[in-house]
Amino acid sequence: MNSMSPSLSRWSRFRDSYLLYSFKRDLIAQLSLVIFILLLAAAVLAPWLAPTNPYDLAQIDLLASELPPFWIEGSDDAYLLGTDAQGRDLLSTILYGARVSLIIGFGAVALQATLGVCFGLLAGYLGGRIDAFLMRLADIQLSFSTLMVAIVVGALVKAIFGGDTFGAYAVPLLVLIIGLAEWPQYARTVRASVLAEKSKEYVDAARVMGLPSRRIMFRHILPNTLSPIFVISTVQVANAIISEAALSFLGLGMPETQPSLGSLIKSGFDYLQSGSWWITLIPGAALVVLVLVINLLGDWLRDVLNPRLYKG
Amino acid sequence: MSLLDVTHLDVRFALRKGDVKALRDVSFSLDRGERLGIVGESGAGKSVAAFTLLNLIAKPGYIAGGSICFDGQELIGRSDRSLRHIRGHRISMIFQDPMMTLNPVLSIGEQMVECLKAHRRISTHEARAISLHKLVQVQIPSPEARLDQYPHELSGGMRQRVIIAIALLLDPDIIIADEPTTALDVTIQAEIMALLLSLCEKHNVGLILITHDLGVVSQVTQRMLVMYAGRVIEDGPTREIINDPQHPYTQGLMNALPQMATPGSHLNQIPGSMPSLDNLPSGCAFHPRCHFVTRPDGQHRQACKEQVPDFVTSGNCRVACHMVADMLGYERIPAEEITQ
Amino acid sequence: MSVADAASPLLEIRGLEKHFSLSGDFLEQLQFQGGRLVRRQEYVHAINGVDLEIQRGEALCVVGESGCGKSTVARTVMGLLRPSAGEIRYQGQRIDDLSTQALLPYRRRMQMIFQNPYASLNPRMTIQQTLEEPIRLHHPDWNRQAVEEKVQEVMTSVGIASDWGTRYGHEFSGGQRQRIAIARALAVDPEFIVADEPISALDVSIQAQVLNLLMEARHERQLTYLFITHDLAVVEHFGTRVAVMYLGRVCEIADTATLFSRPRHPYTQALMSAIPRLEDDRPQHIRLEGEVPTPVHLPAGCVFHGRCAHADERCRREIPSLIATDDGSRVACHAVEEGRLD
Repeated sequence: MNSMSPSLSRWSRFRDSYLLYSFKRDLIAQLSLVIFILLLAAAVLAPWLAPTNPYDLAQIDLLASELPPFWIEGSDDAYLLGTDAQGRDLLSTILYGARVSLIIGFGAVALQATLGVCFGLLAGYLGGRIDAFLMRLADIQLSFSTLMVAIVVGALVKAIFGGDTFGAYAVPLLVLIIGLAEWPQYARTVRASVLAEKSKEYVDAARVMGLPSRRIMFRHILPNTLSPIFVISTVQVANAIISEAALSFLGLGMPETQPSLGSLIKSGFDYLQSGSWWITLIPGAALVVLVLVINLLGDWLRDVLNPRLYKG
Repeated sequence: MSLLDVTHLDVRFALRKGDVKALRDVSFSLDRGERLGIVGESGAGKSVAAFTLLNLIAKPGYIAGGSICFDGQELIGRSDRSLRHIRGHRISMIFQDPMMTLNPVLSIGEQMVECLKAHRRISTHEARAISLHKLVQVQIPSPEARLDQYPHELSGGMRQRVIIAIALLLDPDIIIADEPTTALDVTIQAEIMALLLSLCEKHNVGLILITHDLGVVSQVTQRMLVMYAGRVIEDGPTREIINDPQHPYTQGLMNALPQMATPGSHLNQIPGSMPSLDNLPSGCAFHPRCHFVTRPDGQHRQACKEQVPDFVTSGNCRVACHMVADMLGYERIPAEEITQ
Repeated sequence: MSVADAASPLLEIRGLEKHFSLSGDFLEQLQFQGGRLVRRQEYVHAINGVDLEIQRGEALCVVGESGCGKSTVARTVMGLLRPSAGEIRYQGQRIDDLSTQALLPYRRRMQMIFQNPYASLNPRMTIQQTLEEPIRLHHPDWNRQAVEEKVQEVMTSVGIASDWGTRYGHEFSGGQRQRIAIARALAVDPEFIVADEPISALDVSIQAQVLNLLMEARHERQLTYLFITHDLAVVEHFGTRVAVMYLGRVCEIADTATLFSRPRHPYTQALMSAIPRLEDDRPQHIRLEGEVPTPVHLPAGCVFHGRCAHADERCRREIPSLIATDDGSRVACHAVEEGRLD
């Protein structure tokens, strides 16, 4: 029984943990994490990494439009991955675009998680009518697909306030739309694990102690439902990025002046037939890799954190 | 030669921290129709012993040594296929939770018929007749109706009776019962135990009863093993051990029972708890909790701490304890010479 | 403390009933029957009219088989469940209808120990946090040092090392966890403890340790216990008085010595004969017909009549009430009352 300082023991606990152990043995998880961190760093550091600033109209050279990437004849050394139809450097736009996609992805998930966790906790812990009401609300919400809601809201906003206003507030608006549309995923998962935790005796012990419900919910139950929340968060980030890309592809997402990966794919789509495939396919590949590594990490996390509950 | 001879059985679990010794040098034998109790607390390895007998030990567990000889055949190292003839047929098993054995989506009759037909070439009609006969033997009320019922329609006690009927289905030589009544109420437990006992006596079936309940063991079995931290520490006729336990752990276990003390008085507790198998104490695994060692004048401290005790015979019992060996003035006999 | 105060029971349970609905919410209760839409509700009758008094300083054991409602009694007393009918009084004050806030002063005086030490500690809290929480809640005016001193004191009193504080529950064995759970209950210096099967999840050698600890705490702190168990050997050792429950009713209540020397109710007799004994002679255990009926459709009359060898017409019709006998025990049995049975 040696006493250890809390910080040291936390570190040693992590070092001895199953999480780290299984991570060390899982090549795919390691590879995914490395790629994800690289992509994340590249996106965050885009203003410093990117050769040009695609938002800066002064740096755009229309004459240099539709240049192919470096391995194809006719390329320009200044543009590693070529340029798009407006002469923007594709590498720079991808870096900036990945940044926008990740901001929207994480922002939307943060909103979903906050709403979903609160509603799920309330529904699961309090039960009764509140539970019935919130869960029926979730059912209704789920019966409209995310894209449908987003298209309607996006189109309405665009029609009422005009394309320019929409463009200026596109990021927060997309976060709001995707965030609001997907909270039931969280609420349902959280509610299920709250119901499981609620029947355990430590919750009874907290009630017998006389703790107020709020404290029991947030201090006792919530920390014990974090594993499933982490797991669905990875999936949801990937989903949100895809939703955003889909909306942008339909012209209801990010405007072409501040492109996300989705709007890049869309802007290049028209040139696919004319032979400038790279404008669409390179950002497309970036999107696929990003979503794939997030999903792979999510799969690994799911297997590690609760092999029994989710495998199926 | 006995019907079942287990000698020097060693079972380990390959974990990421290294091998954990779940069973160390476990030896015992069972004659035809004999009832043997394996007693121990959780973590003592009694369930591992049962699973090993049927070669049901799951990865990361493996058998590191020893032999299990059943009716003249060695079971260790045989393929699953060739074991199938023995497992469930000549040796059957009753688990603590009946739902582990019963398939919830098949009726009782279907499960019994399926089990019979897997081992014997008989018609469904015959199989059903045998099943019914077995249900009558376990004294289930309205046995014909039970055949078409599903497990969830039966109460806990009733399910355990069905399990016993299934265990008896192929007229086994040995039944291994792993805590068969722990999940049941006392009144039901008494009935199930009485039933198991009478069936074993009547059909001359050997019984290996794994339990933590000394009362049950003393009522049902003729011989018993006491296990501690993966090792057998005492072995002998049940009555002799219950009336006069030799090993300090067995003594402590008996003395800790509330029925052994005057009501309201301080119970004779054993201090500490069973060591985890990946962190066994040196020497005798029980020594950190043993009053012979912990009391101030304990002369045997060094031997107990350094040397794993061998078995000595005391009357009809075998005991693995330095203290008992010295008190009896026994010269220490290596374990293999005692095992018949 | 006045004389009247000492004489009145610490806890009084009157006509307690608890039903659980099996039928779900309103929409699930609607069923078609004979072409008409009817609302049908089914209940589990966990407790059906239980009266108990617990005197200050005693250890009342409630014993019975699974499904007899003994745990429901414990949970209702602690306010974890609302009774369907009846009342619970603590020192004469009704507590079963109080709000969480109004109940807070009683929470400090009544604490509970749970069955499963593997579930009763929050896995994400250290032992120190677990023990500090009740103290901080009930003594918001105490400073940090006072709280820590109190934690040290309870840890010492239940025999756990003070350096366990920074560790988490899962690092300990079942017996150690149960000690921590007991420390948590004792941290607010309660006078009344409800213990719901506190040792049945533990190994034999550990059971003795925990039972000793509970008995020591009882003597040192003048605790009153409501002790729920299915183990008659524990009852005989620990309890001063015993209530035997069957299917949601108390069928016999007596001093421990009286009950064990002379069980009166046929169910108590059967229960006692079923304990596996260590002794050589096998006393013939009383075989009960059938099994405990489900508490959904309660039998009419005495709940035990279906399994009772002494049941007659009256037992099938009329519910027996607890009637005092010559040796001070109270038995709910027509046969005992009529003198048909010893």
